[in-house]
Amino acid sequence: MIPQTFAYKKAHTIDEALALLRAHGDDAKLLAGGHSLIPLMKLRLSTPELLIDIGGIRELTEIREQDGRIELGALVTHRMIEFSTLLKQKCPVLPEAAALIGDPQVRNKGTIGGSLAHADPAADYPAVMLALDAEIEATGPDGSRTIAAREFFQGLFTTALRPDEMLTRVRVPAMPPRSGAAYLKFPNPASRYAVVGVAAFVKLAPDDTCAEVRIGITGAAPAAFRATRAEEQLVGRAIDDRTLTAALEDLVDPDDLLSDLAATAEYRAHLCHVLTRRALRQAAERAHS
Amino acid sequence: MKVRVRKVNPVKALFKTGGGVMRHTIQVTVNGQTHQVEVESRMLLVELIRDVLGLTGTHVGCDTSQCGACTVHVNGEAVKSCTMFAVQADGCEITTIEGLAQDGQLHPLQEGFWQEHGLQCGFCTPGIIMAAADLLKRNPNPSEDEIRHALEGNYCRCTGYHNIVRAIQYAAARMRGEAVVPRGEAAPTGAS
Amino acid sequence: MEARSYIGVPVRRVEDRRFVTGQGRYTDDIVLPGMLYAWIVRSPHAHARIRAIHTEKARQHPGVVAVFTGKDMLDDGVGSLPTGWQIGSDMKEPPHYALAVDKVRYVGDGVAVVIAETKAAARDAADLVEVDYEELPAVVDAAEALKEGAPLVHDEAPGNLCYVWELGDREATDRALATAHHITKLEFVNQRLIPNAIEPRSAIGHYDPGRDELTLYTSSQNPHLIRLLLSAFVLKVPEHKVRVISPDVGGGFGSKIFHYPEEVICAWSSRKLGRPVKWTAARSESFMSDAHGRDHITTAEMGFDRDGRIVGLRVRTIANLGAYLSTFAPGVPTWLYGTLLAGQYKTPHIHVEVKGVFTNTTPVDAYRGAGRPEATYVVERLVDLAAHEMGIDPAELRRRNFIQPDEFPYQTPVVLQYDSGNYEGALNKVLEMADYEKLRAEQKRAREEGRLIGIGLSCYIEACGLAPSKVAGAIGVRAGLYESAAIRVMPTGKVQVFTGTHSHGQGHETTFAQIVAHELGIPLEDVEVVHGDTAEIPFGMGTYGSRSLATGGSAIYRALEKIKAKARKIAAHKLEVAEEDLEFRNGQFIVKGTDRAIGFGDIALTAYVPHDYPDDLEPGLEENAFYDPANFTFPFGAHLSVVEVDPDTGKVKLLRYLAVDDVGRIINPMIVEGQIHGGVAQGVGQALLEGAVYDRSSGQLLTGSFLDYALPRADDLPSFEVGHQETPCPHNPLGAKGAGEAGTIAATACVVNAVIDALYHLGVRDLPMPLTPERVWRAMRGLPTDGAAS
Repeated sequence: MIPQTFAYKKAHTIDEALALLRAHGDDAKLLAGGHSLIPLMKLRLSTPELLIDIGGIRELTEIREQDGRIELGALVTHRMIEFSTLLKQKCPVLPEAAALIGDPQVRNKGTIGGSLAHADPAADYPAVMLALDAEIEATGPDGSRTIAAREFFQGLFTTALRPDEMLTRVRVPAMPPRSGAAYLKFPNPASRYAVVGVAAFVKLAPDDTCAEVRIGITGAAPAAFRATRAEEQLVGRAIDDRTLTAALEDLVDPDDLLSDLAATAEYRAHLCHVLTRRALRQAAERAHS
Repeated sequence: MKVRVRKVNPVKALFKTGGGVMRHTIQVTVNGQTHQVEVESRMLLVELIRDVLGLTGTHVGCDTSQCGACTVHVNGEAVKSCTMFAVQADGCEITTIEGLAQDGQLHPLQEGFWQEHGLQCGFCTPGIIMAAADLLKRNPNPSEDEIRHALEGNYCRCTGYHNIVRAIQYAAARMRGEAVVPRGEAAPTGAS
Repeated sequence: MEARSYIGVPVRRVEDRRFVTGQGRYTDDIVLPGMLYAWIVRSPHAHARIRAIHTEKARQHPGVVAVFTGKDMLDDGVGSLPTGWQIGSDMKEPPHYALAVDKVRYVGDGVAVVIAETKAAARDAADLVEVDYEELPAVVDAAEALKEGAPLVHDEAPGNLCYVWELGDREATDRALATAHHITKLEFVNQRLIPNAIEPRSAIGHYDPGRDELTLYTSSQNPHLIRLLLSAFVLKVPEHKVRVISPDVGGGFGSKIFHYPEEVICAWSSRKLGRPVKWTAARSESFMSDAHGRDHITTAEMGFDRDGRIVGLRVRTIANLGAYLSTFAPGVPTWLYGTLLAGQYKTPHIHVEVKGVFTNTTPVDAYRGAGRPEATYVVERLVDLAAHEMGIDPAELRRRNFIQPDEFPYQTPVVLQYDSGNYEGALNKVLEMADYEKLRAEQKRAREEGRLIGIGLSCYIEACGLAPSKVAGAIGVRAGLYESAAIRVMPTGKVQVFTGTHSHGQGHETTFAQIVAHELGIPLEDVEVVHGDTAEIPFGMGTYGSRSLATGGSAIYRALEKIKAKARKIAAHKLEVAEEDLEFRNGQFIVKGTDRAIGFGDIALTAYVPHDYPDDLEPGLEENAFYDPANFTFPFGAHLSVVEVDPDTGKVKLLRYLAVDDVGRIINPMIVEGQIHGGVAQGVGQALLEGAVYDRSSGQLLTGSFLDYALPRADDLPSFEVGHQETPCPHNPLGAKGAGEAGTIAATACVVNAVIDALYHLGVRDLPMPLTPERVWRAMRGLPTDGAAS
């Protein structure tokens, strides 16, 4: 309940935050909503010497549309996403997923940047980021770079962010015509984190076959991943029972999946199938309408 | 609202650890009253509220940010005060259960929990009322499913939630200006 | 005007104003001048010898006032925490010290306490206490613990066996089963639960050297018992120099009945240091250090004749008691379990054998229902499964076996004599509420569409109103189980009621006030109920076993009779008539057939200003009563649940839950319904969500926080449909039986029966609890469920 002592500094700009990160290196942690970090600190599983509070960096709290994409500042909370009119119109799967994160109190404080940078294997956003082919902007001493979601999630609590970088923005596409997306989650009954969460994006060709498809899976493995083998099987085909059965045959290999108190790898593999099938159907239906 | 700045005596640091400890003077407005307080970096908001300001209606029921007993409003939004450092609340407006009643009139949620027997041991109650207040601000007419979903961040071990749902429905109806028939009878008067 | 009746009225609770406004006062809310804070260093090992404890660094940490170990306490003469229930003369009772002395025996066993000026300093310094452990092999499973060569938890208990207990006629039962037409057999685990009252336990020791008085504030259901055990057995200080206060307590469910090490640590260290010492559990400590519940491994066989009548029941249970005997631990899986195995049925022969076993786990003791949910699970799962196996509707099979209303008092083959009941009435009512026929038709239709709907029943009985002291003595309880009450009428006619029971959510401040207001014909707001302070209340046995209204309420009733008797004498004197010429109505003594009367307030004033007063009567109006019940009470009921199983994922959704309970006479229906709701939620929790899991080799508690141990949330449950039947208890003055545990006792079997009902046609006849989606999914596919994640 009581964290170890630490020093606390508030950064008012991205540059200030980066300067502090540079000066303190591994001893420092960035604090945004705190809903990943503070629980760990209270159990003394994380013991940073310095917390750099980036919660006051105003420019990172906006959701805006730019060049056909929606850009979200790292400090946008789950709650802002859940209730964003812009996102509900242009990219409704993201508010849908946000509404399933934690609980209302957590969503009021937790941020998209904090969640993505923490890279909990059971977090919800990573699946959606992968399915949407989102871009993640990292800012470091040499300026900003863009990391594709596919490159971002590298392992258990591990991302492509460098120690001297901070996650500053996330960009997701506005849904193109004849496309749909869905996120389905099988929650852990205790923590409500995803035992498995599957996000699917489907774009239909004029003949109603699948023109473009992406499947992002979270919770199942040490890091969220794209189910590329299944995606390849689906392109050019109509999304019906037969196609799905064939395409999802070797969706995942249980040997790559997590086993824990909530589910064995075998069951997780099964859930991946069930949820992927349901998510693809839902996404395809949405693409139709 | 009249704001009175009161200097609170902080918990005195009775020890020093060579340089690691950082203390901060923050200003928070709690239930309309502004306080300047010196806090250690690691002090949680709930510790500020309970141990420094003495507002013990906000409770601590877990250490993994799940039970919701510590829910308060920070700048109008429900927050788990065990998952926020006091220093992060610098400059914020905070409302706790003690600040919910206005001019001696219970908030409709407080009335609803009372009328509908929405509590038993009372320990989770302040947090649930604060979470429900956040819900009703956004959704004045929630369905039973919406209420249950909105309580995902709060545990109650006593009531099975049945009467909590009724209590929130009661409050929602009252806040929409509708007539309500309470389940509980006010203590009837005895012999005349 | 007639005074209003307060009986059977849903009066809103008088205690709630403070709770809804944040003015409740729980132990951790209390701050005393000069208070110190304790942090307990706990064992990270399930089983290890303590070679040495180095406390120097911790002592030197800024703000630290003292660091104590188990040896410090032992050297100071602090005794072992006793157990209050003896099972047989051979029961092994190894010592249980507040801090471990030679060995640690479970993960979380306390080894040292750091006491400092602030919570943070105590916590920081705790990391500096160095304990040199010699790790030993651990055993967490009770069946494993009985095996040859298993690690030995206590030298005093060879083979880890604490006791073997049996009840019933072994030979007759064996004979009955040997000739039975059909036998239904189940082998199952009634899994370990962690009670998780939302208020973590807390204690403050406050020693006043000037008066040589020790006050212990503690989040307890049972302040007088804590005082007795602490003073007479552990600290060995005079009982009258110890005061125990249990202020508002945030739920207990059994887990706060017991005398805990932290109470001893705070009380003793406050005496040592001359300053108040507070300890409050972090939730992760609660998981390790609050007594757990259940944890049985059972084999049970129920035999039937050709007509579906039960001919015998044989039960073998291994009960995990944990590492030490908690206060009531030995009695829970024995007398509170075996005696309930007749359920609502005319089972002629029953034999049960229970082995109580030590393991390297947190002590196990009473948790809501305490033995009775386990017994109901045995009986109701067997009856339900037998119905499936014999192709008889489960409601019909129960009907064929019910004890009939005209057969009371009914002597079961396992000691108890049921006082009253109408079991078929309750079942019929719940079936009617649910529209059972229609439900079955819907289930059939749904199955044709590939949907898996299940309907479950559970008809339970419980023995509550603990307990006749003679019986308690005969079954090894080292205490009487009566209850006390005192009524103090003040000169202005206001009334204080002192009860030895303790309310931690049950609403005694309202229910008891209703009884008093009703009996005295005075307004409810003129009555104040006082509980939870040994300095104010004569004596008490606390609250558990659904005893408070039946036993504590009856004590209040007896004290009221004495008050009314004395008031009548005063009234007769004032009105100059004979006592028998008076009737007491609407708060007045009235001379029969006249309009001459004197009000209760005037009598109270006269009692305290006795200028015109009977010569042979003491002034004042205050009475005590102790009530020792004649028998247990036997609440009963019938519950019905409807579930849907997702055929793809195995996830169970509880669609409906209906309960008809007969808890005797009801004082406040709103409070009774609340008790049923909460009880049901906990029973559903056991069926679908909750279960403690230990790592079998390391002995680590894997479900050590809310991240891994699932309590029911609002969206896990439906609204409940609750009905009542009222058969008054014939042997207590209120006719009350008790409502606190009923829901929990019924619900677990009810929901499991529903899930099996949904899956039986797929070949699933049993599932281990909790019925997690993975286990259900595996069972549907014919895969073994023991390989499943829990």
